Amino acid sequence: MKTRKNEIWLDYQKEISDDHYYFARSCIRQNFFPAAENLYLNILRNELGKDIYDDEQQTTCTGIAYHSGLIPFETIMTVVARQFALMNQAGYENFVVSCVTSFGIYVEILETWKHFPETEKKTRDALKKATGKTFEIPKNLVHASDVIYKFREEIAAKTKFKLINHITKEPLKVVDHIGCHYAKIFPQAGIGGAEYPYVLAGLIDQWGGEQVDYPERRHCCGFGFRQYLLKSNRSYSVTNSKKKFDSMLPFKPDLIIANCPGCTFFLDRWQYVIAEMGGKTYGDEGYGIPVLTYEELAGLLLGYDPWDIGLQTHQVTVEPLLDKLGIIYDPAQKYLGRNGEEIGIPDKPQALRC
Amino acid sequence: MAGLYEELEKDVRYIEGLKACFNCGICTAICPAAEVSDYDPRMVVNIVQQKDEYELEKLLKSDTIWRCGECLSCKTRCPRGNTPGYIIQALRALSIETGLFIHSQQGRKQLAVKRTVGDHILKYGYCVYIDEVDNEMYPEQGPIWEWIRRNRESLLERLGTSYKQNQSGTLRNTTPESLDDLKKIFDETGGTQRFEKIEKYSSEKAKELNIDFSEGKDDYFKFLYNE
Repeated sequence: MKTRKNEIWLDYQKEISDDHYYFARSCIRQNFFPAAENLYLNILRNELGKDIYDDEQQTTCTGIAYHSGLIPFETIMTVVARQFALMNQAGYENFVVSCVTSFGIYVEILETWKHFPETEKKTRDALKKATGKTFEIPKNLVHASDVIYKFREEIAAKTKFKLINHITKEPLKVVDHIGCHYAKIFPQAGIGGAEYPYVLAGLIDQWGGEQVDYPERRHCCGFGFRQYLLKSNRSYSVTNSKKKFDSMLPFKPDLIIANCPGCTFFLDRWQYVIAEMGGKTYGDEGYGIPVLTYEELAGLLLGYDPWDIGLQTHQVTVEPLLDKLGIIYDPAQKYLGRNGEEIGIPDKPQALRC
Repeated sequence: MAGLYEELEKDVRYIEGLKACFNCGICTAICPAAEVSDYDPRMVVNIVQQKDEYELEKLLKSDTIWRCGECLSCKTRCPRGNTPGYIIQALRALSIETGLFIHSQQGRKQLAVKRTVGDHILKYGYCVYIDEVDNEMYPEQGPIWEWIRRNRESLLERLGTSYKQNQSGTLRNTTPESLDDLKKIFDETGGTQRFEKIEKYSSEKAKELNIDFSEGKDDYFKFLYNE
């Protein structure tokens, strides 16, 4: 159904280059969803025929430390400048970031250099002095999900499954979570801006699902950087996620997809914690609501085996979603290691059904 | 050191973050931290724009500036183009530079943040690394993470990562050249000095509190991280 909300996003378009990308990895995504980034590269290279470079010389952008009040702005600007220098050295001009925090950092730094040109000069001098490197600013800077969005129709043409319940034929109800730093800091940098971000909603629409427009849709997942990093402060984080879960519950979502690796992690793990602490669960029959990254969703619909793309590494089990989609999977393969090695199975949570 | 305001006004995030605030409070209304604590970004902006050295010093010594979660929802909403979250970044930096952070319980916790993500950057090239994230420190990781970590060599190979390998890919070893570049950048841009200040001032506070202070996850770290 076309509504005004669907149309307003048209005011916020952004340029997303067609091909030849330099890929910057995420601290959180590669640890907590360890198959996701390779899946992303495989989708771009093998399904879409794109060139994307995975550089062994790249590092963190230091964004988590920066937003925790730990490192100087001059330091993060220079680390980011080094990433640009690596992109130049590899012969690329289009920078693709696999992390929403990083994406916000890169945009913030480019904006700072525009508003305070002396900071760019200082950064160039510091990078040269520290590493001998020089850099050019990328021609195109996007978040990794922007590229999936750009090619959502091409992906749809290749999918083996749609976001449709294969028994009832009803569209699945899908919550999208964009992550604060995708468009709240610089609305013009995100598809659809801060008010109606469409980067994931566009995937839901294109791939057959139904968006869930719940009251706390734009509320923060509760990462809070230092607030999560310190065990003493984590109530901040779980409280904010719980506010979102409680708000989406009446809409009975089948799935949450998230833009930011941190948000994906929190929306998955805090469901486990809320269940264990108070017995409350948000999915059907004691399960949680499965939480996927955008590339995991694309991979699943393209027909990749769920256990080859790492969906067993989520605490909220994905089988209820697979069953709704009509995806055939082998439970015996779920918890195997390399070459079919038996490595035991995880303990079951007490309250959250897995 | 020059006056606190003189220092604060050198920070581009302060310049960018504070235009003129008329105290409408929309930042506080949208703020996730204000919802779960007595944090009030409207008050923070109001204090700094008064330009009162005494009030600023009190702020730098307080828990208040450490409550923000840096979601930056305030930037989207402020009708005057202020960004309380940027002002907080500048205040936190000044609080560490002046050593005033050890006067507050939340400020002191920066040592624990430094000894986790801060040290991981220079050791692994990333803020987070699987080997450092155990279920005791991060119980919310749940049994799935305990299973992943216990079987990480086998499982991460199955999932096609480059864990512990010297090649491109997920969870690879960051090259020595890259780690060396990071260290030199930290040395050149004040990151190393910032870390050293956190350690130095924390050492003094730990002594005052009579808690064992050495390195890594010592008693003082555990005290800050858990309580």
